Amino acid sequence: MSWPPVSEELTMFRKTVRDFVEKEMAPHALEWDEAGIFPKEIFKRFGEMGFFGISYPEEFGGSGLDYWFSVAFLEELTRSKNAGVNMAMTVQSDIALPPILEFGSDELKKEFLMPAIAGDRIAALGVTEPDAGSDVANIRTTARKVGGDYVINGAKTYITNGCRADFIVLAVRSGDEGYGGISLVLFPTDTPGFQVSQSLKKLGNLSSDTGLLFFEECKIPERYVLGEENHGFYYIMTGFQRERLAASLLAVAGMDRMMEDAVRYTQERQAFGRPISKFQVWRHRFAEMMTNIEAARQLTYMAVDKFVAGENPIKEITMAKLFTSELSQKVAYDCLQAHGGAGYMTEYDIARSYRDARLLTIGAGSSEVMKEILGKMEGF
Amino acid sequence: MKILVTVKRVEDPEIKIKIKADGSGLESEQMKYVVNPFDEIAVEEALRLRDTHEGEVVILSLGVADCAQQIRTALAMGADRGVHVLTDETLDPTLASLAMQKVIEDESPDIVLMGKQAVDDDMGQTGVMLAERLGWGQASFASKEASLESEEEKSKQTALNVSDNKVTVVREVDGGIETLCLNLPALITTELRLNIPRYASLPGIMKAKKKEIKEFPLRDLIGDAQPLVEVLKMEKPAARAAGMIVSDVPQLMEKLRNEAKVI
Repeated sequence: MSWPPVSEELTMFRKTVRDFVEKEMAPHALEWDEAGIFPKEIFKRFGEMGFFGISYPEEFGGSGLDYWFSVAFLEELTRSKNAGVNMAMTVQSDIALPPILEFGSDELKKEFLMPAIAGDRIAALGVTEPDAGSDVANIRTTARKVGGDYVINGAKTYITNGCRADFIVLAVRSGDEGYGGISLVLFPTDTPGFQVSQSLKKLGNLSSDTGLLFFEECKIPERYVLGEENHGFYYIMTGFQRERLAASLLAVAGMDRMMEDAVRYTQERQAFGRPISKFQVWRHRFAEMMTNIEAARQLTYMAVDKFVAGENPIKEITMAKLFTSELSQKVAYDCLQAHGGAGYMTEYDIARSYRDARLLTIGAGSSEVMKEILGKMEGF
Repeated sequence: MKILVTVKRVEDPEIKIKIKADGSGLESEQMKYVVNPFDEIAVEEALRLRDTHEGEVVILSLGVADCAQQIRTALAMGADRGVHVLTDETLDPTLASLAMQKVIEDESPDIVLMGKQAVDDDMGQTGVMLAERLGWGQASFASKEASLESEEEKSKQTALNVSDNKVTVVREVDGGIETLCLNLPALITTELRLNIPRYASLPGIMKAKKKEIKEFPLRDLIGDAQPLVEVLKMEKPAARAAGMIVSDVPQLMEKLRNEAKVI
């Protein structure tokens, strides 16, 4: 086994992400949650630091590096202790943009991908609808062809970055019922007829904006379709793999952060004449936690290793997503418990981490969907 | 314009340091090293000067082979090339400044920028000695009038003002600001309030890989010169005893008199 790889550049990159996140983001973790939004400027800063372009070719403003650099980026990002802003950044770097690189023409890459990598334009991915989530084949937002344009009608919901995105990588029904009639199009949000109906209130990830979006007779040119018309379902499924891998990595590193907080707190907090960490119940629980987190990391790294090698490790990614997100619930619960009353106070990072962790078993495909995928693949 | 910046490899101030059992120095095992924070400020100022006046920024570091990491960090921030004086010896300021003098006489930069001190031993002597050896004018503790939150800082303007072969430097002194004007070449040491150094970006890190670092063995430069200062022993300060809360002033007086024996 050879993961994670070691190189001077990777070490330097990890440090630069960590320095940036710890100095420019972590001090604002609570403030951004309370404000329900983080400053838009962060997108630009990320662009300047090269964080959005890690694995994209240099000709489009990226650095053309392998996914292990993305791993370092995602892991260090969790030091912001604010999953809302992390999600917003990850949507840009790892979720909305990959389909443009993979399936878009050079013209579309220049128009949409490049400014997004530079942090000048904010991107969102629009798949989920009020009546369809993981069941992508049933989306109802329509794109009908009129002359050289698509005219789009429908609604999207739970769209991260949806309220201030400059463009949306949008799933639309351009053909017949079912998965064979779906296309991915690039949708500029200044298109007349587009409306952010609501910035949705959430349980966690409070600092990121989540939109309910309406499209009414929105006209975009036909050339904004990604790849081939009616092949969108396949593109979305491919994208899910990368999204779930990123979610797994964020979950594992997020567990590291929660455990670090809990260990530090229990070492400082005294009860009955000694630090809480010296009670066997906590020592043992941390020992178990550490072991479980490491198992989760190795499962995820195995999926990364295959992904970097160019395989399509659907099974490994699905298992990693399922395992890391479910384990995060237990780790969040225990780490908050270790903080006692303090953990219930929002000024402590663990309170926010606990709320934010809840999304992990739901976003990027729920645990139930992961189990269905595995069940089908293995013929259970 | 050519600017040379010295960069020292120092123990990461955020990591707990351990002293070797025999007191001869610090444990290097499990230690992390960073660029001396004052030197990062010097690098930032040099980059801004170069971007305003054109020219190049050369990074100089003295020390073990792994110092190359700190040189690379400065190159990743945007400096152009590096010079590495290789040695496993512990250098005192006299030897460090002597080695620097040799490199600088060869490079002949217009400005030498360095941190006002290194956060490891906090001696703060190397810059002063080096200026003396070179026979150059020096301005220590360069600062700036505008705040680090100002628009001026955000737009990455230089704090040092170069024109007509002269540089003006602002220093904070008791009760006010002092402005110095020096003929070039000059040596300037940087204070914390000079600027906010940039982070190395990912494209910067990848570019740094291809930049040149020249290496010289220390003794090729300084012959058999000997240090003037030797560290005899290092030890940890005595651990502080736990505090206590007293209930009233009479009890406080009693404790100070009979237990602490300070009054």
